[in-house]
Amino acid sequence: MTTTQTRPEVDPADLFQAIIDAEQKIEPHDWMPDAYRKTLIRQIAQHAHSEVIGMQPEANWISRAPTLHRKAILMAKVQDEAGHGLYLYAAAETLGITRDEMMELLHAGKHKYSSIFNYPTLSWADMGTIGWLVDGAAITNQVMLQRASYGPYSRAMVRICKEESFHQRQGFDILLTMMMGGSEAQREMVQDAVNRWWWPSLMMFGPNDSESTHTEQSMAWKIKRVSNDDLRQQFIDMTVEQSKVLGVTLPDPDLRWNEERGHYDFGEIDWDEFWAVVKGNGPMNRERIENKAGAWDDGAWVREAALAHSAKKRRVS
Amino acid sequence: MAVTKPSGVPQGPAPGYPDPHVEYVLRHGDDNLILAQRLSDWISKAPDLEVDIALGNIGLDHLGAARALLTQAGELEGSGRSEDDLAMFRNERQFKNLILVEQPNGDFATTIARSLFFDAYQVPLWRELSSSDDEVLAGVAQKGAMEARYHLLHSKQWSVRLGDGTEESHARMQTAVDQLWRFTDEMFIADLVDMEMAEAGIGIDPSTLAGEWRGNVTEALDEADLTVPTDEYQRWGGRQGFHSDHLGHVLGEMQWLQKSYPGLAW
Repeated sequence: MTTTQTRPEVDPADLFQAIIDAEQKIEPHDWMPDAYRKTLIRQIAQHAHSEVIGMQPEANWISRAPTLHRKAILMAKVQDEAGHGLYLYAAAETLGITRDEMMELLHAGKHKYSSIFNYPTLSWADMGTIGWLVDGAAITNQVMLQRASYGPYSRAMVRICKEESFHQRQGFDILLTMMMGGSEAQREMVQDAVNRWWWPSLMMFGPNDSESTHTEQSMAWKIKRVSNDDLRQQFIDMTVEQSKVLGVTLPDPDLRWNEERGHYDFGEIDWDEFWAVVKGNGPMNRERIENKAGAWDDGAWVREAALAHSAKKRRVS
Repeated sequence: MAVTKPSGVPQGPAPGYPDPHVEYVLRHGDDNLILAQRLSDWISKAPDLEVDIALGNIGLDHLGAARALLTQAGELEGSGRSEDDLAMFRNERQFKNLILVEQPNGDFATTIARSLFFDAYQVPLWRELSSSDDEVLAGVAQKGAMEARYHLLHSKQWSVRLGDGTEESHARMQTAVDQLWRFTDEMFIADLVDMEMAEAGIGIDPSTLAGEWRGNVTEALDEADLTVPTDEYQRWGGRQGFHSDHLGHVLGEMQWLQKSYPGLAW
C-alpha cells in the first residue's frame, strides 16, 4: 500500500496532556493513559455505587413518611438517585467496563461507595439531615466535578448537580418545618439527627490532603479540581450559617470563626472511625451490601427471563 | 363468568360515609394510595435499576391521583379533613380500596400480575370517568387515562417477558396470575354507591368495564403463553371496608408517625 500523504507524528500522550491543559474534554475514543482510565473507572464506579447504595437509608422512610406530600418528594428523590446511578454507570461503561462487572465488584467488596451510607436512619429528621448535610456535602464536592476533564463524567455531573441542589433544599425544608413546628419532640429529633450526621458528613470529603493518596495525580489530570481540605472548609463555612437559621447546635465545641483565616476553625475529625467504616466496620456496612446483593440475586430470574424472551423474539424475526 | 362469592361478606357500605359522592371519590383515592404504598416498597430492591425507576414512577403516578382524590373527598365532606387526615387517621374498615391492591408484593411476578389486573381496569375506568360531572374527578381521570396506558404497557410487556422467558419465570408468572385471580371480579361489582353515582353522572357502573378488561387481560396472557384461570371463587368486600388481613399492616406502617405524634406540622 502506498500512502500519498503523511501526517506529522504526534505523541498521543502529548496530545492528551495538551487537551487537558487547554481545558477541553477527553472523550471515550481519545487515547488516554491506562492510569487515567483506571482512576476514572474507580472514581465514577464508586460515585455510581454511592448513589445506588444511598437509596437504602432513604427508602427506609418512604413507607413511613409523615405526609403524602413528603412521601411523594422522598420517592422522587430516591428515584433521582437511581437515575444518577444510571448516568454514572453509563459514563463508566464508556471506559470499557460493564455495569454488571461493576455490580459484581461492589457485591464482592472490591469496589467502594461513600461511607456516609453506612449509618442508619433512625428518625424522620434523618431524611431532612441527609438532604441538608449529606447532599450539601455531596454538592460541594460535585460542583467541581462538572469541570472534570473526562467529557462523559463532567456532563453527567452537570445534570446531577441540578437535582442535588433540589435535594439539599428539600432536606433543609424538612428540618425547618420540624424546628418551627412547635413541638419539643420534633426539635429533639432534629438535634439528635444533626449530632449523628455532622461528623460523618465532614468525613465525606476524604482524608486530609497530607494523607490522600489519589489527590495529587487527580488534580494534575483535572479530574479533581479542589483538594479535600479546601472543600471541607468550604462546606463548613456555608453550613454553620445555615445551622443558625435552623436553630440547631453543631456538635463541635471547637467550632468558631477565625477572623484571620476568614474561615471557621473546627475540631479534630475522628479518623479512626473514618477508617473503620471505610474498611467495612461501620454500623450498617454489612446490611447495605447484603440488601444490595440480595436484591440483585433475587432479581436474577427476572433478568434471565427478559434475556431469554428477547432471544426468542430475535429468532422469530 | 359464573362467580362463587364467599359467604359472610357484609352487605352495603361500612358505617361512616353516608354521602355516596364522598364514598365514591374515596374508593378510587384509596385504590391509588394503597397501590402506591405497595409499589414504593420496591424502591432500592428491584431486579435492576431501570425496573426500580419504573416502579417508583408508576407508584408516584398513583400517589398523585390519590392525593387529588383524597383532597377532593375532604372538600366534599365539608369537615375540613385534609388528604393527610384521611390517609393517616382512618382505620381498616374505613378504607375502601379493592382487596387486590393491598395484596403483598410477593415476588416480581406477583407485583406484575397485580399491576396487569389493576392497570387493565384503570385504563377504561379513567377514560369513562374523564367526563364525570365531578370536575376534580374528571381532571384526575383525564391525567390518569394517559398514565394508565403506560402502566398497562409496562405490566403487559413484563407479563409477556416473564410468561415467555424461562421455565422458572413462566411458572412464577402463572402462579401469580392464579393466586390473584380471585381478587379481580371485585373491580366490576356494582353496589348502591356505584349505581347512585352513575345515575348522577359522577361515576360509572363498573360492570360495564368487565368486557374490555377481560379482552385486554386475555390478550396479554395469551401472548405470554399463560393460561387464563378458571377459578370461580371470588373474594370481594374491599369497597365495603371488608378487607384482607394485609391492609392493617400496610396502614400500621404508613400511619405510624402521624399517630405517634398527632397534630404536628411535618
